[in-house]
Amino acid sequence: MKDPKLYGHWPYRGRPKVTWPGGKKMAFWVAPNIEFYELNPPKNPHRSPWPRPNPDIVNYAYRDHGNRVGNWRLIEAMEKYNIPGTVSLSVAMCDHFPDMIEQVNALGWEFFSHGAYNTRYIYGMDKEQERETLQHAIDTVKAATGQQVRGYLAPALTHSVHTIELLAELGFTYSCDLFQDDQPQPLNVPGSPLVSMPYSLEVNDHYAYNVFGQSPQQYTDVLKRQFDTLLEEGGTSGTVMCIPIHAYLVGRSHRMGPFEEILRYAEQHKDDIWIARAGDIAEHYLEHHYDEAKAHIANFGGSDDA
Amino acid sequence: MTLDPEFLKYPMRRKGMDHDLYPAANLFEQPKVTWAGGKKIALWVTVAAEFFPLTPNEGGFRAAGHMATPFPDYRTFTTRDYGNRVAIYRLMDALAKAGVNVTAFTNSALIERTPALIDDIQAAGWEIAALGEDMNAVHYGGLDTALEQQQIETCLSAWADRGVTPKGWMSPGRGQSDVTLSLLKQAGVEWTADWGNDDMPFLMNDGPIAMPYTDEMEDRKCLTALGQDENIWSQQIIGAADLLSKEADTYGGRILHLALTPYVIGQPFRIKFLRDLLKQLMTRDDIWSATGSQICTAWQNNTKA
Repeated sequence: MKDPKLYGHWPYRGRPKVTWPGGKKMAFWVAPNIEFYELNPPKNPHRSPWPRPNPDIVNYAYRDHGNRVGNWRLIEAMEKYNIPGTVSLSVAMCDHFPDMIEQVNALGWEFFSHGAYNTRYIYGMDKEQERETLQHAIDTVKAATGQQVRGYLAPALTHSVHTIELLAELGFTYSCDLFQDDQPQPLNVPGSPLVSMPYSLEVNDHYAYNVFGQSPQQYTDVLKRQFDTLLEEGGTSGTVMCIPIHAYLVGRSHRMGPFEEILRYAEQHKDDIWIARAGDIAEHYLEHHYDEAKAHIANFGGSDDA
Repeated sequence: MTLDPEFLKYPMRRKGMDHDLYPAANLFEQPKVTWAGGKKIALWVTVAAEFFPLTPNEGGFRAAGHMATPFPDYRTFTTRDYGNRVAIYRLMDALAKAGVNVTAFTNSALIERTPALIDDIQAAGWEIAALGEDMNAVHYGGLDTALEQQQIETCLSAWADRGVTPKGWMSPGRGQSDVTLSLLKQAGVEWTADWGNDDMPFLMNDGPIAMPYTDEMEDRKCLTALGQDENIWSQQIIGAADLLSKEADTYGGRILHLALTPYVIGQPFRIKFLRDLLKQLMTRDDIWSATGSQICTAWQNNTKA
């Protein structure tokens, strides 16, 4: 398999500065993953949805806790600190839990596509099938919320070599699928301009809790350090910080209190940061920085004929 | 490369759940519950009394804590047995001293294997809830229904012979097949601890009441699977109690479930943390310590229309 050459090498040092609205140093966004995992999904030939045979009720219930309990706690906390979510949405949630989707839509949260279900993987699809799933997500969210989907994070991070170019073809403005940077940047695909949006695995609650075994307070401390460093550097470079979370993790009774601290911390720094939704960050970047970045990247060569 | 078109169809996509086991619900829209003495939190402490056979099961999945090396895995077998010989007595002393009511999920194989332990569990006043026959007796999709029925019967009849009628049930490894719930209901089980999707009990369409098992704060998960420090484990539980207590002001009584595993928390270097944690919990004025069946009954009495 060849390198898909989605972006050229572009050293962090010496880039044209990115400035956020109001002269803010850092764009800050929170990405609640509002997901649905199926009890009896079909078994993708390339990846089994559950570690146990269907119905894997332990792992299913673990996620379902988010939709019965955790999301409601999280929505209340985000509302309390005036932080709008940019939802990484299993779009089938529009059918399963329409009340929750309506509620966060009314709060001004943005939705981007995280596939139909987090148990339906892209692996094995041909390009036409993948295009169909993307169009289906656009249509579902439009019908349920009136919003035009602008962003994407592949369901369960399952990609094909076509994923990124399909996003540009279908008019998406940002992709959260790539983890190479702390700033947005242009992606090298035909179609409408597409930006790689900093999301994060390193400060993702899934990694914090289930991989690194952090405590709720340790996770908050990690997020504060991430925040402090990116804010400081943002004075020179213009940074983006994302907090990617899952209510079935942060919304547990032992974690919600410490998680609220980072929301409060962000609110306390609102004069320095632009608290935004990912689609707004992408839009600002496309309008003010995309062309300059593209021209600057061209100086570095590297990927196109590698 | 093309994927079977079935992968782009969603036959169970509809309002609510993608199955008929229970309806969708929002915890914050449930009827308010009042516990005994008006306490805000029902503290539900459970202890796992497990028997892991030296030859593990082959079907379905292997329960957490089971054999890991090629046969014979003496290191795991004896480490688990340590729980039933030594560590569980440390737990009994600590729980009794703190005045905690306890539910013990107990494999029925222990009735014959360790009769003295069953005597001591009963003498301690712990509620016995069923945990299948042993940790090999897992329930899973694809298990023959007649066999599954037999597994349930083997366990419950062993308890009946011992003069015990467990009201509660946890499946070994908490696995279920598509029909486990209805089989358990037919067998007379009143509540299960297999479902971890809520902070309060809820009704199944055709099955026992689901009690809120909290695996995220289990000693086994936190201290062994995730390798957390013992202080961090207990701080999380106190943090949960604080949040649940606050929620209770608005939404009614809550449940704090604490799952204990003797071979984990009953180690000499860890028992101090359990003693300290129990002391912190039991000296609060917002806690009612109760068994699973007591909590389940109180919840039913509160939520009956």
